[in-house]
Amino acid sequence: VNLVPESSRAGDIQSRVQRDAFRYFERSVNPANGLVGDNTRPGSHASIAAVGFALSCYPVGVERGFMPRAEAADRTLAALRFFRDSPQGEAPDTSGYRGFYYHFLDMQSGRRAWKSEISLVDTAILIAGMLTAGQYFDADSESEAEIRDLAERLYTRADWKWALNDEPTIRHGWKPECGFLHYGWEGYSEAILLYVLALGSPTFPLAEDHYRAWTSTYQWENLYGWDLLYAGPLFIHQFSHAWIDFRGIRDAFMREKRSDYFENSRRAVHLQWDYARQNPRGFRGYGPRCWGITASDGPEPGTRRFDGREQRFLGYAARGVPYGSDDGTLAPAAAAASLPFAPEIVLPTLEHLYDAVPEAATEFGLRCFNPSFQDEEGERRGWTSGASFAVDQGPVVMMIENHRSGFLWELLRRNGYVARGLRRAGFRGGWL
Amino acid sequence: MKALDGHEKKRLSHVAPADWRNPEPASRYNLLVIGGGTAGLVSALAAAGLGGRVALVERHLLGGDCLNFGCVPSKALLRAARLAAEIRGSTAFGIEVPANVEVDFGAVMDRMRRLRARISQHDSAQRLRDNGVDVFLGEARFAGPRSVAVEGRALRFKNCLVATGSHPVQPTIEGLSEAGYLTNETVFDLTVRPKSLVVLGGGPLGCEMAQAFARLGSEVTIVQKEPQFLPKEERDAAQILSEAMSRDGIQIRLNTEVTKVSCTNDRKTLQLISAGDESAVTAEEILVAVGRAPNVEGLNLEAAGVRYDKEAGVEVDDRLRTTNPAIYAAGDVALEHQFTHTADASARIVVQNALFLGRRKLSRLTIPWCTYTDPEIAHVGIYAREANERGIPIKTFTIPMHLVDRAILDGEEEGFVKIHVREGTDLILGATVVARHAGEMINEITLAMVAGAGLGTIAKVIHSYPTQAEAIRKAADAYLRSRLTPTLKKLSSRWLAWTR
Repeated sequence: VNLVPESSRAGDIQSRVQRDAFRYFERSVNPANGLVGDNTRPGSHASIAAVGFALSCYPVGVERGFMPRAEAADRTLAALRFFRDSPQGEAPDTSGYRGFYYHFLDMQSGRRAWKSEISLVDTAILIAGMLTAGQYFDADSESEAEIRDLAERLYTRADWKWALNDEPTIRHGWKPECGFLHYGWEGYSEAILLYVLALGSPTFPLAEDHYRAWTSTYQWENLYGWDLLYAGPLFIHQFSHAWIDFRGIRDAFMREKRSDYFENSRRAVHLQWDYARQNPRGFRGYGPRCWGITASDGPEPGTRRFDGREQRFLGYAARGVPYGSDDGTLAPAAAAASLPFAPEIVLPTLEHLYDAVPEAATEFGLRCFNPSFQDEEGERRGWTSGASFAVDQGPVVMMIENHRSGFLWELLRRNGYVARGLRRAGFRGGWL
Repeated sequence: MKALDGHEKKRLSHVAPADWRNPEPASRYNLLVIGGGTAGLVSALAAAGLGGRVALVERHLLGGDCLNFGCVPSKALLRAARLAAEIRGSTAFGIEVPANVEVDFGAVMDRMRRLRARISQHDSAQRLRDNGVDVFLGEARFAGPRSVAVEGRALRFKNCLVATGSHPVQPTIEGLSEAGYLTNETVFDLTVRPKSLVVLGGGPLGCEMAQAFARLGSEVTIVQKEPQFLPKEERDAAQILSEAMSRDGIQIRLNTEVTKVSCTNDRKTLQLISAGDESAVTAEEILVAVGRAPNVEGLNLEAAGVRYDKEAGVEVDDRLRTTNPAIYAAGDVALEHQFTHTADASARIVVQNALFLGRRKLSRLTIPWCTYTDPEIAHVGIYAREANERGIPIKTFTIPMHLVDRAILDGEEEGFVKIHVREGTDLILGATVVARHAGEMINEITLAMVAGAGLGTIAKVIHSYPTQAEAIRKAADAYLRSRLTPTLKKLSSRWLAWTR
């Protein structure tokens, strides 16, 4: 069955989804410091990953005509200057430490929020955004020169060796109250980007061994008939791909398996599609045009009756299938961000969404929904998230663009640090 | 708290008879066994059965941890807890039960004690004596390299087996001792359900007991220092367990340590810290399940020239011989894997090596294990991490249980079968099973590994339909399909077209 809709409509849908997702970053920014809210709920703190995605989306916005170049440069500069000037140190109320940043920051003051941790992977997303900006803003103007200079300075001051805490793998985080969190980034996840940036650093580069330590728990699985490096939530298969073009380049593991990470993500997307078609837990709505499970917002936590059984709903949680958490919540943004991997199943899914669940397609991007949820009185059937999230919308903007033009992939291919990081991780072949 | 009912009196009459009189020692024993747990019992009965002169010394309870404080009572409790959970979930099967199904905790524990007493007859002093074993009840201390003193009598041996087992580790936490706590050695004495319980430790025992007590009606919080339960197991397996425990209403505190315990009006308050964030939890009881330490104290092992470590236990070589060539060690006191079946297997090795010039090695054993939560988590052989570290290329064939008809029909779809083979072959190197009956299912894979049967052979084995073990055959089928390369498929299609 050819599920691909007519190309003109496909183009329209891509444009609309991308434009709506980009609008998130237009509305959620504090122009004074460039910080971007984690979500659209009132009072949301900024997240550094949100800023990283925003910095990466602004160039797309310029190229697509969503935002003038000067405005994009202004926003970018505001953020970069903030990170340059905000306090770093061991005190509990700074913005960061050792060139890394707290996961959540106050939107106004830019200081640490919620006693959050210095987050290594979120800093990597932020820095990837900075490098994207530095690569894109190549004009001779004073402001664009400053962007390039700051992107370089902020990347090179991050002390990746410190982030190891003398362990084989990069730690998840650090807090002034307890020091390093005692677990590290190991096993397949969204952290390829983190390792590539840490290996590519000209100032504090990791040794190659640490990448091998990261891959030491990799498991090549045959699941649902697909051979792949499995991870349940879709975002794991997407985040690093938003910046890095993994098509045709392979590290030692992928060389051995005669695959690459792009192909791996393609299979992971198809696996999710297969799961939705089988729908083993019998949730409402799941099917070939309605799928996509990832870490996402969800109905308020609690146990409710559903189809004669007790069903636990999870709130915001890391969902994954086929053997992770699944409470019937679908994340259409995760499907949209899979576009480069499997357009033949993504585009019909987006088309279906606008027809069947229009409330999930908002002016600030696609939102999660759960057709199986009902409230305690059994009156309200179905749930749609009341908020859009930066970590959903950023990948949507970027991956649709990568599918349409390869624009961000091309930008980062030209970044010497990223190329160096990839080579030191053992990647060979293809464009590298 | 200690309940000495008829069942308990019966058990004690079997495993620690008050009127027992130690026999007159023989001049020399072929095998002297110190410790009457699984390893001790198996070796003593086997050696005596083969005609040896055998003595066994036990200082506390015959049957050891397994019978008295471990597998036997815990599985009785787990069975009742599973039934309670099934009754609560019966509506999904179309069976309506009255709301607020009551668990009679006292009756649950009474059943456990009754069954434990019944099983204890297999480990009784009388049975050992009837099978030709001289049973000495009392403390054993080495008096030299070839003799042991028991209650003032000297027992001389040609070979000795130290099988003294292990005991629960007591964590050093301010105020814990003063507040009081349960361990696996006391929790089965309860007759009244604790309204609330904090379990310290997310290993097998902690997870099993947390789930059991939650299902039996206690409000349970489990505190685990590591970021996942069962840290040695696969991340995906531990994640499924974590979700299952959440469904049972257990409050989960991973990556969390207890800094202090205080007690007010019989309520125990634990101060917790997780990544710098402090919190507190209050409960009626605390169950400590943070690990086990070998029983090496009081044996005077120095007098026998047996090297040991207080944490790692008695030092043995691959043939289970200690630094004194006449003395062996088996079971928890010497082994990393502290399971009843490992103790049993190691005891059999000792009997062969000590008495019949055997050369059997511990490292040649293929040892499965299982955590009896719901779903159960069972493993055998190598883990993916180990394979990667050792440079062994592997491929894993994974079958989610929701693809297995019987699991669907049983409403037991949580989990998977993962079988690791050497890449490019069907040689099974290891497996993890997460399923309601994983402990039963892992045995087929263990048998295949021991027999050298690969996935190709398993694919030829007809499995009864419908069974949950069919997941294993499905993994084998997946292996066969993976052999069908595009070229082979093309050739096959051509052949079929030609022969149409």
